[in-house]
Amino acid sequence: MTLQIKHIALAKSAKLTLAAALAVAVFPIAQSQAPAAPAATATAAAPAPAVFKQAPLPYAFDALEPVIDKATMELHHGRHHKAQYDALNTIAAGNPDVAKMSIEQLLANVSKFPAGVRNNAGGAWNHDFFWQIMAPADKRGSPSAALLQRIVADFGSVDAMKTQFNTGGATRFGSGWVWLVVKDKKLVVASTPNQDNPLMDIAEVRGTPIIGNDVWEHAYYLKYQNRRGEYLANWWQVVNWNEVNKRFDEAMK
Amino acid sequence: MSAPFSLPALPYADNALEPMISAETIGFHYGKHHKTYVDNLNKLVDGKDLAQMSLEQIINHSAGKADMAGVFNNAAQIWNHTFYWNSLKPNGGGKPTGKIAAMIDKAFGDYDKFKTEFANAAVTQFGSGWAWLVQEGDTLKIVKTSNAEVPFTKGQKPLLTIDVWEHAYYVDYRNLRAKYVETLIDKLMNWEFAEKNLSA
Ligand SMILES: [Fe+2]
Ligand SMILES: [Fe+2]
Repeated sequence: MTLQIKHIALAKSAKLTLAAALAVAVFPIAQSQAPAAPAATATAAAPAPAVFKQAPLPYAFDALEPVIDKATMELHHGRHHKAQYDALNTIAAGNPDVAKMSIEQLLANVSKFPAGVRNNAGGAWNHDFFWQIMAPADKRGSPSAALLQRIVADFGSVDAMKTQFNTGGATRFGSGWVWLVVKDKKLVVASTPNQDNPLMDIAEVRGTPIIGNDVWEHAYYLKYQNRRGEYLANWWQVVNWNEVNKRFDEAMK
Repeated sequence: MSAPFSLPALPYADNALEPMISAETIGFHYGKHHKTYVDNLNKLVDGKDLAQMSLEQIINHSAGKADMAGVFNNAAQIWNHTFYWNSLKPNGGGKPTGKIAAMIDKAFGDYDKFKTEFANAAVTQFGSGWAWLVQEGDTLKIVKTSNAEVPFTKGQKPLLTIDVWEHAYYVDYRNLRAKYVETLIDKLMNWEFAEKNLSA
């Protein structure tokens, strides 16, 4: 999991500089907005320092057209995902136990934290992962020999795996995610409600996701409306197999 | 295949709630989502004893049973959506009058406090679900439920509801659930329907 470890290290160093910058910047603003408020209230009302930082989308918003439209990507990354980072930072600002952990550590210990951590650390990680395992047309690649071998061993064929994955996504009632997970060196399909994921200590199927699709309605409603099945079927076209192969190799080590 | 359940008629024209809820949204929400729940339930009960039961009986019978989740989800979503369409009306919303107004003041303090609590439940229901004004005994309460869950399986009598599945507002409001919820409370709540639902 070298990629993810690198990711944590980046987030942590960004956290220190940003926190330092905001400690200076935030106080005068808060006080000028609420001059009559006691100091403690003014501090609490200030924007939360960005302990956790949302990365930009790793490609253009229209890079996944026509499978996923530009407007959906803008809303999904710029509003839904951003809101989860904002909410997680608000929680971290009032809870040092949250602020000192990486998102992956929060997920592995999520049962010990309030529901807001489960929902927002979950949402932050799930969407980070989702953006990375999709790619523009020239960067998608194809499944590696090692991955294909494992898929055939566990599902019979790539099509059978996709069918099981799509069924998992279609039958997840309400909002959630469907995953292809490495568990005990094997591949399994699992789905989770809302923003839960297989990295959480509460997960029914715990393991390392290598593919995941968002089946919240916001992920597809503008283009597909009620046709979740069509979205799930089309979505395979934008999968970043280069990234999936890498994650598979790491998870199998 | 016999089809014991049918899609109830919408209580107004598909553009009657514009601009708060567009005809386009109603087209998908009523014409596709609500209809699909009806079609699914008819398939699930086909040839079974369930086909002889009323919708409410099916909901109560299947609630909390893991092996009946499909039946429960589709049956409850038929009921919830019919209740939702009736909870809305053109030129509705705002402060009610009469018996229900007095009960709201008694339960919440005043209408504004009711509105805040109702909106808060609707906005904080994480994921898909519903916000409800319910009657429990002789008092009123705000509750929220996830996915297809209905308050009456827990002894609470629904009076009004707001659908907070993203499909209810995504076409008209995108991610702005709070704006959708406030608009419905201010402009579309059917208080006559709520009062009719009160048990004597
Ligand atoms: Fe999402
Ligand atoms: Fe709905």
